[in-house]
Amino acid sequence: MSILINRNSRVMTQGITGKTGQFHTRMCREYANGNQCFVAGVNPRKPGEDFEGIPVFATVKEAKAATGANVSVIYVPPPYAAAAIDEAVEAELDLVICITEGIPVRDMIRTRYKMQGKKTRLIGPNCPGIITPDEIKIGIMPGYIHKKGRIGVVSRSGTLTYEAVAQLMEQGLGQSTCVGIGGDPVNGLKHIDVMQLFNDDDDTDAVLMVGEIGGADEEDCARWVKTHMRKPVVGFIAGVTAPPGKRMGHAGAIISGGKGTAQEKLAVMEECGIKVTHNPAEMGKLLKSVLR
Amino acid sequence: MKIHEYQAKEILRQYGVITPRGIACFSADEAVSAAQKLGGDTWVVKAQIYAGGRGKGGGVKVARSHDEVGRLAESMLGMRLVTHQTGPEGRTVRRLFIEEGVDIAREYYVGMVVDRSSQRVCLMASAEGGMDIEQVAAQTPEKIYKVYIDPIAGLTDSEAFDIAAKIGIPDVSRNDAATLLKNLYQAFDDKDASLVEINPLALTADRRVLALDAKMNFDDNALFRHPEVADLRDLDEEDPVEIEAARHDLSYIPLDGNIGCLVNGAGLAMATMDIIKLYGGSPANFLDVGGGATAEKVTEAFKLMLKNPKLTAILVNIFGGIMKCDVIAEGVVQAAREVQLTVPLVVRLEGTNVQIGKRILADSGLAVISAENMADAAQKAVNAAAARG
Repeated sequence: MSILINRNSRVMTQGITGKTGQFHTRMCREYANGNQCFVAGVNPRKPGEDFEGIPVFATVKEAKAATGANVSVIYVPPPYAAAAIDEAVEAELDLVICITEGIPVRDMIRTRYKMQGKKTRLIGPNCPGIITPDEIKIGIMPGYIHKKGRIGVVSRSGTLTYEAVAQLMEQGLGQSTCVGIGGDPVNGLKHIDVMQLFNDDDDTDAVLMVGEIGGADEEDCARWVKTHMRKPVVGFIAGVTAPPGKRMGHAGAIISGGKGTAQEKLAVMEECGIKVTHNPAEMGKLLKSVLR
Repeated sequence: MKIHEYQAKEILRQYGVITPRGIACFSADEAVSAAQKLGGDTWVVKAQIYAGGRGKGGGVKVARSHDEVGRLAESMLGMRLVTHQTGPEGRTVRRLFIEEGVDIAREYYVGMVVDRSSQRVCLMASAEGGMDIEQVAAQTPEKIYKVYIDPIAGLTDSEAFDIAAKIGIPDVSRNDAATLLKNLYQAFDDKDASLVEINPLALTADRRVLALDAKMNFDDNALFRHPEVADLRDLDEEDPVEIEAARHDLSYIPLDGNIGCLVNGAGLAMATMDIIKLYGGSPANFLDVGGGATAEKVTEAFKLMLKNPKLTAILVNIFGGIMKCDVIAEGVVQAAREVQLTVPLVVRLEGTNVQIGKRILADSGLAVISAENMADAAQKAVNAAAARG
């Protein structure tokens, strides 16, 4: 097992004909079972064409009907990306992973509103994607740094997640699934949602959660962990040194109104029984220390 | 993106939000003729800077004659206005807003922001107007009333009316207040705002409701569909280094330390600052070169960091994914040749093409201090900076 995606996932790429969509679809296809997992592409202006043998359809619905795809990954440019998510939700896919960075918040508010009561789960936007090592990679992370194992990883950032994975590997620890939930303020699954999935996953023994300044998602997750989690969780929050009122790269990484500081998040996590480190170089070691 | 008060009011008026009449000015002479044009016997001279808290800092003053308007304008223009939001160095006042005086009976607070947990726009209102709302929120949160606005229905009549009643707007003015709130949300939504603040919202002696102050911020990611808003940008109000960085598509924020950081990815960039601090150093900046950095971009990043006179060391921390370590290494070598590197340089490379990257650095003959991992890199950067005093 694993969470969200595995070797049986069937994936379509929305925005497959763009430069980014092409590059990453190729890389994902080369990873593990990618060749059989990536089955369709979508571009309303290029139906009937193919990308390196992957058929392109006009709509998500058609792509799903023709190939049985149940997951979509989106590389559509920001002005059109929210509409691309809407289309995938309408087509009742199981999971949508939106890599696109820079979607207007107003668009995402409407998209999330329309998703209420729908079956589709959303990861992102502005995220690196998801990988279940040695089975499938959907996203832009370097596949080769990962290895199959029993640690779950959930994070708001990209390269800091790669750093966390590399540190796990130094400790000889592989991963069940690594989920990058993205750095935008209005997004799909949050730390708490992914944590619940890891809790129920028989192949995950412990979870490393990586957060950053802004919002209260890490705190919400920590409170849930305190009462429900049956597995050890460790964490790190980036941005102890970030000044308030300044957006640190990600649209969601900003301390505003004195809320969302790293110190506050770390304190709540500790209160809730999550072992935390203030040293981003010790995430792997810390995780190893809590394994029974 | 931020804009000035007078610009925000202009936008809000287009949506039917009532404000006092006012004219923006760039000189004392203009201020006097603005007062003449507005008529009446009382005017408010308001410094236009992006930061809040202007009143307490001496940036908002009442004048009772044209001469006084001129004198106040004279003293305000060019002054360094220090408020709790500007930092100790303050901001130079370059623009003024002259408004007609208003006879105020009561002041309220109204704000709208994007709320992350409900994933909606949140309207906040309070009877405690004119105050530092952050203080109200911290000390007496029950005095702030909230509505999480349905994005399809918008702010409804009954919600707007209810809020107006809760903050204590008198019966006779409640309809006007509700209309103002609805118009305010319309402006927020249409213009892709990320924040709107009316502090204070005023009830006048003759029972009118109007926006005495206005602050509007916008979602940078949506400016492509609002060129009229993007045009309002006042570059004088922004840090020149941040403007330069944005031109090269770099995310750069100056801090007050001495160790420059060049990192790919926002999360890793913050973590790099944190570990420098943890090891006893002090980061000079946040700098995310992004996922698609080229050698040229890396060179520009070095130039930006080296503009800081306090800089005593540079730490490059790269975890290559899509971005390849050899590209970064070439950028570092090129930058070091172009910009006369005068401070020690610590480089930590990991990820895609790391061996080629390391070889490029080794073969370059540059005095690069190479590091094995993040901890090693931070320690070496802190040591190198300390050795320079």
